[in-house]
Amino acid sequence: MSQSFDDISAQLKGRHRRTKRLKFMSMGALALAATFLVVFIGDMIMRGYPAFQQAELHVPVTYSEQSQEIPLAAVEEDVRDLVSRGWLRQLPRDMAADASLMGQTIERWVIADDQVDQYLKGHKSHLKPRQTAVLDRMVENGTAELKFNVNFFTTGDSKLPEYAGIWSAAMGTILTLLVTLAFAFPVGVLTAVYLEEFAPDNRFTQAIEVNINNLAAVPSILFGLLGLAIFINFFGMPRSSPLVGGLTLGLMTLPVIIITTRSALRSVPDTIRQAAFGVGCSRWQVVRDHVLPLSLPGILTGSIIGLAQAMGETAPLIIVGMVAFIPDAPTAITQAATVLPAQIFTWAGEPEQAYVERTAAGILVLLSVLIFLNAAAVMLRKKFERRW
Amino acid sequence: MQTQQIFLFFIGIVALAGLVAFFSGRSKAQRVRASGAEMYAQPDQYGWFTAISSAGPALLVGLAAVVAIATAGIDIEGMQLLIASLVVAAAGLVIGLALVKPDFHARNAIETLIRYVLIGAAMISIVTTFGILVSIIFEAIRFFQMESFWTFITGTTWDPGNSFQMAAGRGEGVESTANFGAVPLFAGTFMITLIAMLVAIPIGLLAAVYMAEFAPERVRTVAKPVLEVLAGIPTVVYGFFAAITVAPLVVDIFSPLGIEASYNNALAPGLVMGIMIIPFISSLSDDVITSVPDTMRQGSLALGMTHGETIRNVILPAALPGIVSASLLAMSRALGETMIVVMAAGMRPNLTANPLEDMTTVTVRIVAALTGDQEFASAETLSAFALGLVLFVVTLLLNMVSVVLIRRFREKYSANNL
Repeated sequence: MSQSFDDISAQLKGRHRRTKRLKFMSMGALALAATFLVVFIGDMIMRGYPAFQQAELHVPVTYSEQSQEIPLAAVEEDVRDLVSRGWLRQLPRDMAADASLMGQTIERWVIADDQVDQYLKGHKSHLKPRQTAVLDRMVENGTAELKFNVNFFTTGDSKLPEYAGIWSAAMGTILTLLVTLAFAFPVGVLTAVYLEEFAPDNRFTQAIEVNINNLAAVPSILFGLLGLAIFINFFGMPRSSPLVGGLTLGLMTLPVIIITTRSALRSVPDTIRQAAFGVGCSRWQVVRDHVLPLSLPGILTGSIIGLAQAMGETAPLIIVGMVAFIPDAPTAITQAATVLPAQIFTWAGEPEQAYVERTAAGILVLLSVLIFLNAAAVMLRKKFERRW
Repeated sequence: MQTQQIFLFFIGIVALAGLVAFFSGRSKAQRVRASGAEMYAQPDQYGWFTAISSAGPALLVGLAAVVAIATAGIDIEGMQLLIASLVVAAAGLVIGLALVKPDFHARNAIETLIRYVLIGAAMISIVTTFGILVSIIFEAIRFFQMESFWTFITGTTWDPGNSFQMAAGRGEGVESTANFGAVPLFAGTFMITLIAMLVAIPIGLLAAVYMAEFAPERVRTVAKPVLEVLAGIPTVVYGFFAAITVAPLVVDIFSPLGIEASYNNALAPGLVMGIMIIPFISSLSDDVITSVPDTMRQGSLALGMTHGETIRNVILPAALPGIVSASLLAMSRALGETMIVVMAAGMRPNLTANPLEDMTTVTVRIVAALTGDQEFASAETLSAFALGLVLFVVTLLLNMVSVVLIRRFREKYSANNL
């Protein structure tokens, strides 16, 4: 017995319903992934924004010989344990630098202890009732306030959360990336030029190609092992230095630069090469004067993306020792330094809430720089994109 | 003299030699040309040639000195090095200038040289791979001289104990209980990778199906880069997110059910790693699905299949090798991922099937072994290299299989075969 048309159309309805279900499920998957992104970034902003503010107290500071000896004597007794110990430690140095301060009492804004900071932000703190009473009074008459946290951007790491900042890590990042770029960019571009413009297709070049693809897929932590074994143990370069970190990241970034440069070179049409050869250019002249300038935007885009990747990398740098406690900004590539992601990692290991805030704030800074770099790469590509 | 000063002086000598050689070479070529001789190359090219012949050897001297100091421990005085490079640069200049003659092919000479420089650059990738292999294998062998390979592969207790004290010569009196059985580490790595894949494959694949088959062009152009953002987030950030937000969430979800989860549970890093991997799977699968030829879609629809049935019965099976390849690649990422597990997974080697307990992974132990204050020659430090070797071999195999699979897929559906 054959099916009636009603049966078939009922079946058909079911089949179309299933298509619809698949469509909504797949749409849901994409939406879910987007939700993750939103939740994640929202979470970081919620956690991180308090760190951009820091409690400060408006107190009279007495500059005298006594406070030169014992900085605690410079402020009144009831706020002594509310101002930052780090600020008090700085006091004698300020007085030594500026002799005219001696003998004066000046009302000024002073950085508060991190517990005060937490209290003013409405978080849990270890303050005693006496201290909170003083603080409440100060808030009322405007002598305790949350102000923009300048220190976060101008100081290095510190054992006192209210003084911990990202400056030295930022300098370390810049130096490390300079080394990375100085190594990976020329070597990467030259390799790509060789493979794309000069190399014959033989075993040797195929071996290089396979190698580059493999290198791109090697877990980053293994580059750390390489850096440790070769640069530090074998060549004896200084541990924790931007030199070692930058070279390690450079080896890691190399495949990215090579692969993107090759595709940029490949997109230059052959007619341009033929025309240049036709007027008697040598191979290198063709590459130098015609192919490279035309593919430069593509090469730069790839390099920026590779650099952004290197900037976020942490694991290999931990292995070569760039996670030490570094309060001062490095001034040379052979000094001990730390980088932003490593600083984030170090802070994430601290139990205090103030460090959790700073970790998230550091993450926000890092993410903004990365987004900026990637956006720059996209813009560059858009601006110079060219169809032949 | 300071190393930095020597370096600056050296760079100065090389630059100066190059500059002097360039101008003297060029002016000699111009003079020869002015005398009426027909020359093979342009004066500039002769200038470049003399510059390279003078500065090049000087650079090589410096490079050789660095290598000699670093590898053989030969003590070279800074002054000696500077004088040697100066002498070589001068000699190079004289020889280079003597070669500037009408019948000398300066351009070809430069070309050859450039080719060698390019080959040298290309060699660096090979040297790097080789370097990774050699350095890891070399140190791993040192480890296996101390501890048995068999115990490492099959032992179920990972407890470095006080092996580092033994190596430092302070082991006497301390009972040695060092155990290097890596099975719990492999198990933990596998568990977290499994969780990650369970999150990433369904979501990534479905998202790819939507983007390739259903989505209007506008959604596609927005969704792809947005997903890529997930891939661009540094892993240390994911680690922080896993440790500070997701792990407590997991504990909170399970505690009303009467199940106690550890704050270092394996589930949290697994989930977050899954999120991280979604874009790898989705963008690779999307490429594969879109490259399934349209004739197959047309054939299927012509036979009366619905769009959904076409995807399920025709497109996905056809794309399967590519999808498997993408998943393997993603898996190798998950195995080698470090920061998420270092920050969110446990440190305790724990052989368990319960993802709510804390577990540790190969990469966590590598970091732990190399961030302590131990003597480098200790078994614990060297164990990092043995673990690294395993990681290298496994990820290399996964990558190779995935490359073979994707190549097969491309061959099968390349335009010529249809």
